[in-house]
Amino acid sequence: MSRLLFKKTGRAVFISHLDLMRTMQRVFLRAGLPIRHTEGFNPHPYMNFALPLSVGTESVCELMDFELTKSFDPAALPALLNEVSPEGIEAAAVYESPRKFKDIKWLDIEARLFYDKRTWMGEALRDFYAAPEVVIEKKTKRSTARVDVKPLIAALEISDEAENVTLLRARLAAQDPALSPAQLLSALTQLAPELAPDDAAFRRIEVYDKDMVLFR
Amino acid sequence: MTPKLRRVLTRVQKPARYTGGEYNQIVKDKAAVDLRMAFCFPDTYEIGMSNLGLQILYGTINAEPGMWCERCFAPWGDMEEELRREGIPLYALESGDPLTAFDAIGFSLGYEMAYTSVLNMLDLAGLPVRSADRTALTPLVFAGGTSCVNPEPMADFMDLFVLGEGEELDVELLRLLRKAKGENWTKDEFLRRVMDIPGVYVPRFYTPVYNDNGTLSRVDREPCTPETVRKRVVEDLDTAFFPTKCVVPSTEIVHDRVVLEVMRGCIRGCRFCQAGFVYRPVRRHSTDFLLEKAKAALLNSGYEEITLSSLSTSDFKGLPELADGLLDWCEPRKISLSLPSLRADNFSMALMERVQKVRKTGLTFAPEAGSQRLRDVINKNVTEEDVLHSCRVAFEGGWNTLKLYFMLGLPTETDEDVVAIARLAEKVLHTWREYASNKSRGVKITVSTSMFVPKPHTPFEWEAQVTVEEYLRRVKLLRESIHSRSIVYNWHEPHVSLIEAALSRGDRRMGAVLEEVWKTGGRLDSWSDYFSMDRWLAAFQTCGLDPAFYALRERGEDELFPWDVIDVGVRKSYLARERREAYAGRVTPDCRVKCMGCGASSLLERRACDE
Repeated sequence: MSRLLFKKTGRAVFISHLDLMRTMQRVFLRAGLPIRHTEGFNPHPYMNFALPLSVGTESVCELMDFELTKSFDPAALPALLNEVSPEGIEAAAVYESPRKFKDIKWLDIEARLFYDKRTWMGEALRDFYAAPEVVIEKKTKRSTARVDVKPLIAALEISDEAENVTLLRARLAAQDPALSPAQLLSALTQLAPELAPDDAAFRRIEVYDKDMVLFR
Repeated sequence: MTPKLRRVLTRVQKPARYTGGEYNQIVKDKAAVDLRMAFCFPDTYEIGMSNLGLQILYGTINAEPGMWCERCFAPWGDMEEELRREGIPLYALESGDPLTAFDAIGFSLGYEMAYTSVLNMLDLAGLPVRSADRTALTPLVFAGGTSCVNPEPMADFMDLFVLGEGEELDVELLRLLRKAKGENWTKDEFLRRVMDIPGVYVPRFYTPVYNDNGTLSRVDREPCTPETVRKRVVEDLDTAFFPTKCVVPSTEIVHDRVVLEVMRGCIRGCRFCQAGFVYRPVRRHSTDFLLEKAKAALLNSGYEEITLSSLSTSDFKGLPELADGLLDWCEPRKISLSLPSLRADNFSMALMERVQKVRKTGLTFAPEAGSQRLRDVINKNVTEEDVLHSCRVAFEGGWNTLKLYFMLGLPTETDEDVVAIARLAEKVLHTWREYASNKSRGVKITVSTSMFVPKPHTPFEWEAQVTVEEYLRRVKLLRESIHSRSIVYNWHEPHVSLIEAALSRGDRRMGAVLEEVWKTGGRLDSWSDYFSMDRWLAAFQTCGLDPAFYALRERGEDELFPWDVIDVGVRKSYLARERREAYAGRVTPDCRVKCMGCGASSLLERRACDE
């Protein structure tokens, strides 16, 4: 398996996970490098994404494992792929890695909170998240659980970018269990609706393992 | 993308259809172009992006220096609500600019039920829906496409119509518009001069006059207008633009594959089929040309499926060579070939067997009518033996799902003809019992019926449609005639077909109905989520019109039709002759067996079809 590090920004953020898989297959085909398929009755491509990305969220640290039908030069691959990619999908690097996606533990994100009428919300937000416990209701497929999200936040910096835009930079648990940026904000909706923004934009920045070492 | 639009997109379903940015989209420098066109498709992105005409004309216009053509589709209800609430005007996907920033807005009108969406899209763009209320030269609003062979229902809304194939016509139109813009012509001046381009119909210069009984009496027209407008065709398909760099959607669409158009027109002359008459004359691409274009289109798109497109692909001369050539190239690359529109004959089945090696999909046959008598009336030259033999080959080859399509309400149809559908389906089932290679998996035979819609420019353009009640009675009769659990029967909703019939043979007064339907909330009427029969009936009533007058009335042989102003090549006298043949139960041979002189060859300089 080879690994692709890529970005998904701009208009491409609205491509869903399922559509991204199809899109990536086509990108590789257009580059003349078909992804290998499994044998058998219902063949599927050898491709695997690290952490499925929500529709609407930007990312500069997406990882995808894949296997091709022929040999290739990893260093030359990003340029080949970028020539035939839709706007907003950008290959950054291709390499071999022994590390498993399940070793990913932390995710750096940015959340921009937009307020239509309220201003300078940074301080109030800092106070809110400084509480020793932030217990929210998290919906799973079957039930609703009450979870303290604080242990799932390794770091959180809050600053006002403009009078009605507040930037949250956070290191959140990436999986088992995960705290998504949307869930981070759902604490506001649930516990302090007066602090909840009118709109928010999310961006994934970087992934780490349990020792806070960059994951590649 | 503006923050406002981004915010909206996070709230709607399937936002990728509203973003643009797909691979192979064409983006030009606004400062370097002097004519901008928005190609508008009055249905969803998933439907519109599957339309071959869009891919062809998008490529054709963008190949012109100085012109930039972008795409725009009808938003789904949730997106429309957001656009209206946030005050975001309808925009084109490539640049995100509102439609009002364009010089030309061209609608593709393929089917009547999309008409209300045209009005809605104009309104979402902030433009008056009526041509008379748009006084400036630009944006010029026009339409083309199959259903424009009767332009009258949409005549109040369009500045002009382009008739026939657009590869040359659209470019000529846009060049004149560019000149008009540069020289500051008025809209009136432009609309008078644009009529010099063959294939352009400007409805405002024609005034219909009606008899007391509601039929058309005559059409008063200004001296500068042609009496009829002849549709345009491309003389040589191989030298016209052929799309090989299609926009590849980043989200799933209806036809998510390369569509390779192999021929235009159809030799068969099925009497109910509008496409079979209005797409004449028959012209084809050469096999070598198609092989080369197919490879290019597959390599440029990354699609893993290719389909051959035409009205009757079995009739494409050179199909064996093309299919062999394609399969030789596609098989090692795991690209599958699909062949819709195959006739149920021996040759086609041999081909299906070869195609099936890559991927086995469901099989569909369209006998259209259950009895041989009625198939002769509609000139569907398929015999029961053909159908059963094809089924045998299919079942022997391991297929176990089969769909059979029929129409109910065809002219002269009796209860025996309806019951014959059930008998035919049973014979198909019997064929499976006798010949299936693997019976353990069972069989599923699906019978579907739709209500026949008489269409302009066909031999049945004079015919009455059956009433909804009568259609439902025949549905019940057929349902009660089917006894096997292996045969599933689906019937299409008849109300939409009634409205479609009224619109397809409607006159200019239908514009008021369309506007009323739209004003009372109608749009996306081809979707059962949105179609409301009550809304349509109320609108007809408000406008003092009756859908029965348009749909259910048999016309006299001499009646002047609203669409007679459009000349599609096939003469009305030929259609009348074909209608008499239908009633006599006589079939007409296909164009290759004998030319019946329908008139379509006169559209070609070489006067010879099918070469």
